[in-house]
Parts: sequence; C-alpha cells; structure tokens
Amino acid sequence: MSQPKIRIRGLKKAFGPKVVLDGVDLDVEQGTAMVVIGGSGTGKSVLIKSVLGLVTPDAGVIEIDGEDVLKAPRARARELRAQIGMLFQNGALFDSLPVWENVTFGLLAQRRIRRSAARGKAIEVLAQVGLDATVADLSPSELSGGMQKRVGLARAIASEPAIIFFDEPTTGLDPIMGAVIDGLIVDCVKRLGSTSIAITHDMASAQRIGDNAAMLYQGQVTWTGPANELMTCPNPVVDQFTHGRAQGPITMALRK
Amino acid sequence: MNKLLDLVALIGALALGTVEFIGELGLFALSGLSHIFRPPYYPRLIGKAFMEIGYFSLPVVALTALFTGMVLALQSYTGFSRFGAESAIASVVVLSVTRELGPVLAGLMVSGRAGAAIAAELGTMRVTDQIDALSTLSTEPMKYLVAPRLLAATIALPLLVLLADILGVLGGYLVATQKLGFASGAYLLATFTNLKTEDVVSGLIKAGVFGFVIALMGCFNGYRSKGGAQGVGTATTAAVVSASILILALDYILTQVLFVKVK
Repeated sequence: MSQPKIRIRGLKKAFGPKVVLDGVDLDVEQGTAMVVIGGSGTGKSVLIKSVLGLVTPDAGVIEIDGEDVLKAPRARARELRAQIGMLFQNGALFDSLPVWENVTFGLLAQRRIRRSAARGKAIEVLAQVGLDATVADLSPSELSGGMQKRVGLARAIASEPAIIFFDEPTTGLDPIMGAVIDGLIVDCVKRLGSTSIAITHDMASAQRIGDNAAMLYQGQVTWTGPANELMTCPNPVVDQFTHGRAQGPITMALRK
Repeated sequence: MNKLLDLVALIGALALGTVEFIGELGLFALSGLSHIFRPPYYPRLIGKAFMEIGYFSLPVVALTALFTGMVLALQSYTGFSRFGAESAIASVVVLSVTRELGPVLAGLMVSGRAGAAIAAELGTMRVTDQIDALSTLSTEPMKYLVAPRLLAATIALPLLVLLADILGVLGGYLVATQKLGFASGAYLLATFTNLKTEDVVSGLIKAGVFGFVIALMGCFNGYRSKGGAQGVGTATTAAVVSASILILALDYILTQVLFVKVK
C-alpha cells in the first residue's frame, strides 16, 4: 500500500479543560480529496490548523510525505508546510492590498516571481477561478462574498500547492454560488493533481468535492468512507448528522 | 478560614497572571526586535508605517507643542512675576519643552492616534484570520507586521519630538514677545543661552523609547486580540492605556538615568 500524503495519528488538543481533539487518526491518500464533517466545535478547524502549524497539538503525529512535521526541525517543518495552500472560511484576504497582490502574495514571499510580473500572473490565476482582469486592482472590500471566496481560492492555488485545505468553502454563499465554488475547487484540485482536505457542514458540497469523507465526533474520527456514501451510511452518528435529525446519539447543549 | 484562603488564592492568581503577562510581553518584544535585524526586510512596509505613525501625526503633535509652549509662557509669567523673576521664562520654556513636555506630550498624542490604529488594524487582522493567512503564505507575521512598526515608530518619534521642541519654544516666544511685552532679541538670547544639546538629546532618547513602547503595545494587544469586534475594541483601549502609563513611568525612570548622566 502506498504511503499516504498526510497521515495523522493520535492527535490530541485541549484548550484548558475543554478537550477538542482526543486521538484523531486520519489518512489522506496522494491526489485524493478528503472531506471532514462534524458538528460545530468538534475540532475540524483545529485539526487543519494543527497540520498548518497554526495550533500546536498536545500529542500525536502529523506526517506529510512520511515526515513528522511536529518533530522536524523548524526550517524543515516550514518547508513541508510551504506546500500547503489554504482557503479560509471568510476568505481572510488582506484588506490593505489590492486583489492582485493578495493572489500573488505567497509567490512574492517565496521569491518565486518578480514583483513586475506579479500582476500578470494574478490575472492569469484569477481567470482560472472565473474572475476577469478588472477585479485585479480592486480592494477586497469592494468584492461580493462569492468573489472574495474566488479570490481566496485563487490565492490558495496560485503557488500550485501539492496540498490544499478548504475551511467551510461554501459557508455564507447562496446554493448556486456554493455549487459554482465547489465546481471551481474540484477543477483546480484535479488540474493541479493536489491532495485536499475540506471541512464543511454542507452535505451537498461534501459530496461534490470529496472522494472520501471522515466524521469527527467527540474528538475522534468516528467514521471514514467514500463521500458518495455519506447520505446512506448506516453509522448512527453520521446518519443523524447528514440528515440533520434532532434525535440520535449526537446531543446538543441548548441554552435556555 | 475559607475566605482567607480564597483571598490568598486570588492574590496568587493575580501575581501569576501579572508575571505571565510580563513574560509574554518581554518575549514578544524580543521576537519583534530580533526580526528587525534578520532578513528578509520589508522597506516598503517600514516606509508605510513611518508615514502612518510619523507623517500623519505631524498636525496633532505640532498643535499640541505650540499651545503647550504658549500656555507655559503665560503660566510661568503669572507665577514668576510675583517674585520679579520674569526673565526666567525663556529658560523655563526651553528646559521644560526639550526635556519633558516635548517627548511626553508627543508620545501621548501618538499613542492615542497611531498606537490605537496599530492595535485596531492588527486586531482586525487577527479576528478575520488574516494573520493566520500570512503564516500559510510563507510569511512570518512578526516580521511582516510587527518589526516594521517597531522600527518606524522608534525612528519617527524623535523626529516628531524635534519638531515639537521647535514649535513649543516658538509658542513660548510668540506669547512672550507679542502678549507679555518681552523684547524679541533678549528673549531669543535667553532661549539660546539655556538651550543645551544634552537636554535636546535626552529628550530625543526618551522619544525613541516612547516610540518603541507605543508600537510594542499597539502590536502586542492587537496581535493577541480575540472575540470579534468587541475584542478589537478592548485591544485598542488596552494599547492606548498601557502605552500612556508606560510612557509616564518610563519618563520618570529615564529622567532619573539621563539627568544623572547629563548633570
């Protein structure tokens, strides 16, 4: 069996008394798209932030191409993580920079492109996500939510990363724009041959963009399987979550 | 007995919290400082920060210094005329402005204007994931966001204070000659006789330290901000209040140190 692109074992993270990740195990094979689903506060974002190095786990192993990024020297860990592109939930575009500089920020930071050529490169990448050159000089605040997501996607793919993470890519978008973004994500990931992890609450989106899916529940991966089996999965936790049933093993604390 | 233990626990928690805060601030300052000297450098960002902290603070610092010099001359005249010591006004104005009022008032003004802006900008970047986004784009946020502001503020404040010194003395001169009837030549002679390089330099050293503190508190509070708009507001207030208190406290310490040196 081939070595997974990303291998996570026994990942644990607590914030004070609150245990968020309690021994997460997850494999993501090279060139496949993994969708992580789970209720709010189950640690989906903490999971990908741990891989990105934005959160330091309490215990566990995170391997990229067989190398443990948590044990690697800082410079090597940075190199391993430099191959990850990220689309943030709210876009996280830099307000102070025009769209073209947002898109090519990573390339400029890695000195893979000259500043004089950056705008042209940005226009090229913007075209790949369906945006024309007129948006290149706009400020992010002048764009609609859907356009901001597209610019965020353009920024994530500009450096042609080997791994791409998507944090709630369709949140806050209408169903049509959500489907458009999903289509762009699938196209970009396939074209680049990247390995991806997406976290989402949107079941339609999960099935469109995922090859495989994993359900996070009570700090652990409770189920993994093909994404197209999500809606027919007999696992009671997955079944309750994907069908949005109030009754079932998942209990929510309600404020009165 | 339980209440006593609770009180001890509270004092202990406060002490630990204070030590933790000072430790975090110290490490943050050291990290920011080290990034100033290590490549890559961002001259465009340093220039932009210099404009925002220095250039755009010019009007408020200039007006504050001018009016302070004017008030100082008026008040000194009121007091000194009782003892027939009006001739000391020029000396009081030039000493007060260059040693104390120039650096302290400029520091407080810049803290309110630029320190708040730094905290609000970095705080917004934190709560909208922009700082995390920087990390994912092969950019060290401390180097990209903090180091340029620390450097720019440390350079900008002494330049602002130099201007404040000139305008403060000018304010005193205008009131003394136009309102109080002093002879222009005599007032200027007294001013230049009492204008010492050491006083100006000690004021500029203070200004450099205040500039660093203003940027540090703005960056530190903004960088650690959390909890959305309310968190950004809290960080902004904390940045201004902590920088202002530190400026006043450091002014005393630096006066003690520098005065002994330049005596």
